[in-house]
Amino acid sequence: MKSLGSIRRSFAPWADATAVPFIAVKNVTKKFGDFVAVDNLSLNIYPREFFALLGASGCGKSTLLRMLAGFEQPTSGEIVLDGQSLAGIPPYRRPVNMMFQSYALFPHMTVENNIAFGLKQDGMPKPQIAERVDQMLRLVKLDKFAKRKPHQLSGGQRQRVALARSLAKRPKVLLLDEPLGALDKKLREETQFELMDLQQQLGLTFVVVTHDQEEAMTMADRIAVMAHGKVIQVATPPEIYEAPNSRFVADFIGDVNIFDGTVTSAGNGTVDIATEAGFSVRVASSEPPAAGTKAGLAIRPEKIRVGRDKPACAPLNAAEGEIWDIGYLGDMTIFHVRLKDGKVIKASSMNAVRAVEDPLGYDQQVWVSFDENAGVLLKD
Amino acid sequence: MVKWSRFNIASIVFGFAFLYLPIVLLVIFSFNESKLVTVWAGFSTKWYAQLLHNQALLDAAWVTVRVGLISATVATVLGTLAALAMTRYTRFRGRMLFSGMIYAPLVMPEVITGLSMLLLFVAIGLDRGFWTLTLAHITFTMCFVAVVVQSRLLSFDRSIEEAAMDLGATPVATFLQVTLPVIAPAVFSGWVLAFTLSLDDLVISNFTSGPGATTLPMKIYSQVRLGVTPEINAVCTILIGIVAMGVLIASVVSRRREIQRVKDEQTAFAL
Repeated sequence: MKSLGSIRRSFAPWADATAVPFIAVKNVTKKFGDFVAVDNLSLNIYPREFFALLGASGCGKSTLLRMLAGFEQPTSGEIVLDGQSLAGIPPYRRPVNMMFQSYALFPHMTVENNIAFGLKQDGMPKPQIAERVDQMLRLVKLDKFAKRKPHQLSGGQRQRVALARSLAKRPKVLLLDEPLGALDKKLREETQFELMDLQQQLGLTFVVVTHDQEEAMTMADRIAVMAHGKVIQVATPPEIYEAPNSRFVADFIGDVNIFDGTVTSAGNGTVDIATEAGFSVRVASSEPPAAGTKAGLAIRPEKIRVGRDKPACAPLNAAEGEIWDIGYLGDMTIFHVRLKDGKVIKASSMNAVRAVEDPLGYDQQVWVSFDENAGVLLKD
Repeated sequence: MVKWSRFNIASIVFGFAFLYLPIVLLVIFSFNESKLVTVWAGFSTKWYAQLLHNQALLDAAWVTVRVGLISATVATVLGTLAALAMTRYTRFRGRMLFSGMIYAPLVMPEVITGLSMLLLFVAIGLDRGFWTLTLAHITFTMCFVAVVVQSRLLSFDRSIEEAAMDLGATPVATFLQVTLPVIAPAVFSGWVLAFTLSLDDLVISNFTSGPGATTLPMKIYSQVRLGVTPEINAVCTILIGIVAMGVLIASVVSRRREIQRVKDEQTAFAL
């Protein structure tokens, strides 16, 4: 049997021009009165993909999910699922199921009746229902709790009942609205991996809405970063993190330092920028902008080196400053370095050894430096 | 323990006396041997026995119960539907006016409600009797049901209805299998409230009833005008007993449920 890892690694239907999207969102706009919740949005989601809609609250991600489920109708545009337009199809006739943020378990029904609810609506014969319910209960490891009511379960158990209920009908697509939002951190991390395994086992398409970027990065094959009803970037987690297409995405995902400046020269796959922070940077770029234009450099804290010695590359990609703050997180340490012009930049380093001789301390004069390919050029 | 001051004890004694002394007196005198209401002549249950032979009172009681059952049931259906509409469609034009109109009968003087209904029945040529009485009771109890059910619906998590539809239940199936069972306790208390209100209504009944449809309160009131008899005291004591029993059962049931719920939650977190 192939390991899940090898399936995941080779999974990239979005890169294949001949692949047919399973869900196609075509120029969908949703207005509530004057408020535009989703603004002319287009997206393709492929079969068996674990797709995350990531954004701050109010960015339209939940509205988009609710349109997929059928609780909202697009003001304009169209959603196509497996070749069939969903326009005008009510939620109870769509081959998608949703797991709600609040779990929305039926309080007056036992766990098994909750799970059987959807199957009964389809008129499935009783023995088959019982069999399927048993199977779902085992899948989410709740076989001992079949006769309980929702209020007799803990938060984590309720979450699993909600999951089992939404999977019981074997939907083509499972929509998950902040599925782990109500769980505590440890349980959330465990459940993330359980969800991923489950999705692989069942071979379903998952669309998850979340505001938690770590959750999206961990679970999703691809992430759509949303803001103000638009998709800003759709890409795999490493692409989103290492090659954000805009200042917004760079800033939204993870920690970042942004140096603004003016392009002084370009050529040979690199661009030189005179930053407002008072030093010059050279950054790799396949499509360099013309000299004289405004540009920015986004660079992640872990890609910045902090040291006492003047680096060899100075004055390019290096600046002097003093240590302003130190945050010790155990696995790594975060330094806030204040440059000469007052700009504070963040740099982090892994604590790979248990004790360092003469560690960097507060108020020490240091150099920060980075490589040419460590940062991303932001054209505005 | 908080120490009881004399002032507090006195307040409670006076308060309860004010509320219950008349009722206690009525109950005591229902067991009076004497025909004179205010003179105690020893314990007896003969007035209760005599009640069984008072056909007029029994008829009135039967009318009251029938009117109560029918009007409470219809009012519960209408009131629940109104409450659903009010909480579901929060954006339609004139909603404020509509919701105000639902609540208005709560504070409308009964005389006015009764009179206006009398005028209506006369205008459309409906003979006054059992059915006009029932219609009137439906009208004035419906808004109480709407209020009770609406307050439950305000805290109702609508995502469970969406979940039901998402799982393939049509709107009708969703209402019958999910919404109704969840709000059933509120609907039931609405029904009990409507039934009780119908049971003891006098003013509106007086306006809207006709020959052959005399309710118990009407009968009692008209007899009292000819003088209070121990028989009336006995009827009233039975009524008090029924109402008290209902309140007691309702509170015991809800208390048990509460205890069960707390217990369940404790077992859930002890796992």
